[in-house]
Amino acid sequence: MSVTILAIAEQRNGEIKKTSFETIRKAREIADELGGSLKALVIGNTINDAAKELGNYGAEQVVVVNDEKLTHYSTTGYTKVVSEIVKKENTGILFLSATALGKDLAPCVAARVDGAVAADCTELKVDDGDIVATRPVFAGKALIDVKVEAPVKIFTLRPNVFAAGEPSGSEASIEEQSVDISGDDLKTKVTEITETSKGKLDVTEADIIVSGGRGLKSPDNFYLVEELADVLGAAVGASRAVVDAGWRPHDEQVGQTGKTVSPALYIALGISGAVQHLAGMSSSKYIVAVNKDKDAPIFQVADYGIVGDALEVVPALKEELTKALGK
Amino acid sequence: MKIAVCVSHVPDTETKVKVGSDGKTIDPSGVNYVVNPYDEFAVEEALKIREKDGGEVVALSLGGDANKETLRKALAMGADKAVLLKDDSERDSFAVAKGIAEYLKSYEPDLVLVGKQSIDYDNLQVGGLVAEFLGIPSVSVAVKLEIADGKLKAEREIEGAHEHVEASLPCVIAAQRGLNDPRYPSLKGIMQAKKKPIEEVDAAKAESRVKVLGMKKPPEKQPGKIVGEGVDAVPELVRLLREEAKVI
Ligand SMILES: Cc1cc2nc3c(=O)[nH]c(=O)nc-3n(C[C@H](O)[C@H](O)[C@H](O)COP(=O)(O)OP(=O)(O)OC[C@H]3O[C@@H](n4cnc5c(N)ncnc54)[C@H](O)[C@@H]3O)c2cc1C
Ligand SMILES: Nc1ncnc2c1ncn2[C@@H]1O[C@H](COP(=O)(O)O)[C@@H](O)[C@H]1O
Repeated sequence: MSVTILAIAEQRNGEIKKTSFETIRKAREIADELGGSLKALVIGNTINDAAKELGNYGAEQVVVVNDEKLTHYSTTGYTKVVSEIVKKENTGILFLSATALGKDLAPCVAARVDGAVAADCTELKVDDGDIVATRPVFAGKALIDVKVEAPVKIFTLRPNVFAAGEPSGSEASIEEQSVDISGDDLKTKVTEITETSKGKLDVTEADIIVSGGRGLKSPDNFYLVEELADVLGAAVGASRAVVDAGWRPHDEQVGQTGKTVSPALYIALGISGAVQHLAGMSSSKYIVAVNKDKDAPIFQVADYGIVGDALEVVPALKEELTKALGK
Repeated sequence: MKIAVCVSHVPDTETKVKVGSDGKTIDPSGVNYVVNPYDEFAVEEALKIREKDGGEVVALSLGGDANKETLRKALAMGADKAVLLKDDSERDSFAVAKGIAEYLKSYEPDLVLVGKQSIDYDNLQVGGLVAEFLGIPSVSVAVKLEIADGKLKAEREIEGAHEHVEASLPCVIAAQRGLNDPRYPSLKGIMQAKKKPIEEVDAAKAESRVKVLGMKKPPEKQPGKIVGEGVDAVPELVRLLREEAKVI
């Protein structure tokens, strides 16, 4: 019996998220190894054009569900759609990105389709015809290998971990399906979306993060962090100490009780490197630390460190980078 | 309002994780267990709603006897009742949620509060699963909650934005940092909690579905190099980022 993997591609304002490309590409690889096929699913409103792009990453076929009521995410509405499509397509394997949407949707769908979720996977491989997933636990202090034993096996993939690869230039074929959304299906409804970061990048979506801690001395000095982030096209992050002090908003907090990130480059400025902070960022590919204390624990995980006063080093770094990047 | 709040019992954030002798779970020796930090926001929110609208707050925890300590903390903060859903085996989120949902079917809460995630297995699943098992809606990662005239409004954190969500009651809410500032138990609360009974009920049976094959430590990160001191080290750092790391 040949298997079909269904992979959810996520759109916001009609655009497919980059992390969905990563998820589709990995789903393609796993489908090939299992000798099965792959279908992508996009939910929204008039999103056919964006859906065609998924061909670039290995989804030849895309199921599109267009409904005005699905323009914005609704937990119950999307759960209904995904569950119906899983049943219609008779798929036993479902992939999602471990984004805000994916993490919300996966358990709800699992309950409805008799499935179970391996959450926030950082590695997936096929072993003896079955998928083995690796996932970080205890805030990344350990990794577990798991197998899902359920009629529908669901995997959410951590963003920024799997490579999307180069677009192949091929277009996916679109198959429109409709799912009736009414009454109870909209027990949750999004009425409004307010941007919290005024168009700025979120730490979980950024390739580069510039984070500041108490070593910056005052909230007024955070313009230094913001300017450096601007030069690099980076997101701004923060330690819990400065979030608790009210210097920075909650959604910038990186760490065990903040966000888990794995960017290509993480720059920690005036952050001591407490275990709870490291838990959220130690899987970053490259870590740079600037701290005036040469014994600060952050240097234990930093690839490159500068011992010095952040208030002096950061402006110099900004200038040097501006030159180097030709801005 | 009948409010159920689910609390889990987890190793504290300072824990140095060692893989246990079975190769699948952590070695519990020397580990200090605490109330899951996100569950403190859940308990606080439950208490705030009770203080405003009246009703009852029952704290639930599924696990072994050790979980009583966590239930005791919820009582000390101000919960009216505590129920231990007893089961000594390791359960995944699916099996935990089944156990909780079975209990709640007869309790019939108006509102269920959970934490955003348990900081042990970082699953973020119990809230959504419980909601679906009960056939009620859920809002995850909630940073704001308002209940008035039988209607629920919440704000949910997503990438770079908040979604404003309306949902019908009963509903499951998963609390995120920022929702409130959890109170410290008062001395009086702690004394009273010692006297309040903890009801024990056998948790409904459920099989775990995510099977752990093995646990390992992540590859040790090698400490890197100190490029230098102060502003003089900046040009060399930029060179390394470009030529060695190739990240800019
Ligand atoms: C349950 C729990 C959960 C937690 N969760 C998180 C979490 O998710 N994220 C998180 O970050 N923390 C978390 N913490 C807090 C954590 O333990 C630390 O307290 C926090 O990370 C410290 O923040 P910091 O590094 O900014 O401040 P500090 O520890 O005060 O460090 C400041 C650093 O700046 C350096 N410095 C001072 N002046 C300068 C200067 N002029 N130039 C350069 N460097 C300078 C100092 O040498 C020091 O290393 C948690 C704690 C608990 C108990
Ligand atoms: N064993 C448990 N007993 C009671 N509540 C739990 C248990 N495990 C998880 N929860 C609740 O579900 C939330 C999310 O947990 P998880 O899905 O495991 O990350 C936690 O913050 C708790 O509120």
